[in-house]
Amino acid sequence: MDLPLLLGILPQVLLDGLILGFMYALIALGYTMVYGVLEFINFAHSEIFIVGAFVGVEIMLGLKGAGMLDRLPWPLVLVLVLLAGMAASGLLAVTVERVAYRPLRHAPRLIPLISAIGISFFLQDAIRLFESLWRNAFNLVYPTMDVLNVRFELTQTIDVSVKSLVVIVAALAMLGVLHVLVNRTKIGTAIRAVAEDQAAASLMGINVNRIISLTFLIGGAMGGAAGVLFGVQYGLINPYTGFIPGLKAFTAAVLGGIGNIPGAMLGGLVLGLLEALAASYLSLLTGGAFGAEYKDIFAFSVLIVILIFRPKGLLGEVIRGRA
Amino acid sequence: MRIPLVIILTLAIVAGGAAVDAQGKGTIKIATQSPLSGGQAALGEGIKLGAQLAVEKFKGPLEKMGFKVEFVPYDDQAKPDVGVSNSKNIIADKDILAIIGHLNSGVAIPSSEVYKEVSLAMISPANTNPTVTDRKYTNVNRVCGRDDVQGVVGSEFAKSLNAKTVYVIHDKTPYGQGVAEFFRDDAKKKGLNVLGFEGTEEKSNFDPIITPIRARNPDLIYFGGIYDQGAPFFKQAREKGVKSKFMGPDGMDSSDLAKIAGKNVVGMYYTSAAGPASALPKAKQFVEDFKKKFGKNPEPYAAEAYDAATVALKAIEAAAKGGKAPSREDVAVAVRKVKLSGITGDIEFDAKGDRKKALYFVLQVDSDDPQKWGDNKIVKQLAIAPPSASKN
Repeated sequence: MDLPLLLGILPQVLLDGLILGFMYALIALGYTMVYGVLEFINFAHSEIFIVGAFVGVEIMLGLKGAGMLDRLPWPLVLVLVLLAGMAASGLLAVTVERVAYRPLRHAPRLIPLISAIGISFFLQDAIRLFESLWRNAFNLVYPTMDVLNVRFELTQTIDVSVKSLVVIVAALAMLGVLHVLVNRTKIGTAIRAVAEDQAAASLMGINVNRIISLTFLIGGAMGGAAGVLFGVQYGLINPYTGFIPGLKAFTAAVLGGIGNIPGAMLGGLVLGLLEALAASYLSLLTGGAFGAEYKDIFAFSVLIVILIFRPKGLLGEVIRGRA
Repeated sequence: MRIPLVIILTLAIVAGGAAVDAQGKGTIKIATQSPLSGGQAALGEGIKLGAQLAVEKFKGPLEKMGFKVEFVPYDDQAKPDVGVSNSKNIIADKDILAIIGHLNSGVAIPSSEVYKEVSLAMISPANTNPTVTDRKYTNVNRVCGRDDVQGVVGSEFAKSLNAKTVYVIHDKTPYGQGVAEFFRDDAKKKGLNVLGFEGTEEKSNFDPIITPIRARNPDLIYFGGIYDQGAPFFKQAREKGVKSKFMGPDGMDSSDLAKIAGKNVVGMYYTSAAGPASALPKAKQFVEDFKKKFGKNPEPYAAEAYDAATVALKAIEAAAKGGKAPSREDVAVAVRKVKLSGITGDIEFDAKGDRKKALYFVLQVDSDDPQKWGDNKIVKQLAIAPPSASKN
């Protein structure tokens, strides 16, 4: 084990962890916002996330098929794909809420949970069916855009690619917009009011159903954006790809304090960094006894320790007033 | 008895009315089991068609003896439970004297437990897992190679590339980890420096694994696993600036590797226990017949299935020398005695049912176009005997 090697790769590992963390943060927002207003875990969110990735890849493949991918300026393509992914996932989330959750709003807590798991399975296989009929494919590959793979070497061991920068910039921009939306606008006030007390909010003239739909729309759109960024960054998706990132993002939401928006961002970043550090360093530090396959165990152990000392997550509950 | 009459009539027609001595000695059936539906159907269909071609071509001598020869394909769906339940039907049909199959070792191993109950000869065209023959069943044979040799072929080739340092990744499955361990152990023996040995179930984000690899800059990276995981790994590694040579086992042998990783895997090496049929010198006729009859190119393992079925027919012929329908035991014993020159080379089995000399290939990815996967170049071809002292 040599120290220069360990220290030399650290900045790169932190950078990669940060990118992964931003993606978890974007997905975690969907879980945490829905939990904030409904106190219910939307387990179909991982599929809402991957639908964004599929819409993105379909558009990019469509552009490529039309020969437009290289002719259009690449930032335009990315913005277009991101917006399409956000719109598709947001609308899907609203539809899912309307069809599968709203009729069960007053049923015992476990029933919408099971409905969510059912929707999750349904969406996975619906995507699979669609893609096998449409493209006869299971794995879909994001078309390579060479400009996105250009790397800037900061030092000999650290570099950052254009697509990583895109992920960071896009994630920061969206988190910023969301922050302003929730804290500085009337709509945001309404969302927070519904989260605090639905009955009181409706007495104040807030249309609770509409606000709940809006919450799903925003959460779904964040998930869709994360899906597109995931596809651009890692390249390969299949109908079942969403499950693991979804689970991790849910964990990130709990880690940050579920129901809490800044908490979801923080939780995502912490989990991403922990995972990257564990995957890169475990085998180096233990001489191969524990390898990269233990990264999740390590990350989740840390999660358990944090929750022992802070059962409500890192940032507790700010949005929800109720205990 | 009505059946003999039918056979006489059939044979009379087949033989063009010649006076054939067909007293209706019964039917001999050769079965195949391979996935004919689902994601691996292309390979499974190739096995079925390869065997069918051999049965049609070599059934003459048995028919002259007065037997009716039939070919019965079964679909194991690449699922162990389906394979086993098919096997129960197969052993119940007394006319089936040999089985050609399977595609997947995970299906072949439990199914062969059923064949063993009645000593039904199984000749596998494709199962490379060492366990298939290491159980030393007298009825289980294979015409393809073994993973413990495949890993060694890989490390030998890595050495011949002048690689001094290697990094080994695997997918934690019995197949991927198994072949990666054989690669690693032999690489160490040959004096290569194994910088790391890492398992991962990750399917999308390989960044944290790639960073330490890049810092250590190995000459070669070996990925023991299947293309759907190997392709994104190699793609991300190249895109992150890793300059090492890439290598993998036959799990990488799919056009999807090029589809997913594109130009990033051009020049990558992979080993295989089933070379492209077009590369086998004796298989020219087979490829032509196959194309003519089925209208497509034979998939990997179709030539092996053809040879496996040929072995089965020769063994049945030998066991039926007296003119009587042979028992299953007789056929299983006869298979081990077969010596023939097949389209994949000389075939002869050792005491465990491994081929005395099996063929192994090292291929190199030629193009990022998935359509041109079949044009990948063979850079090395070896005939190697199975290891004498293997595990279990």
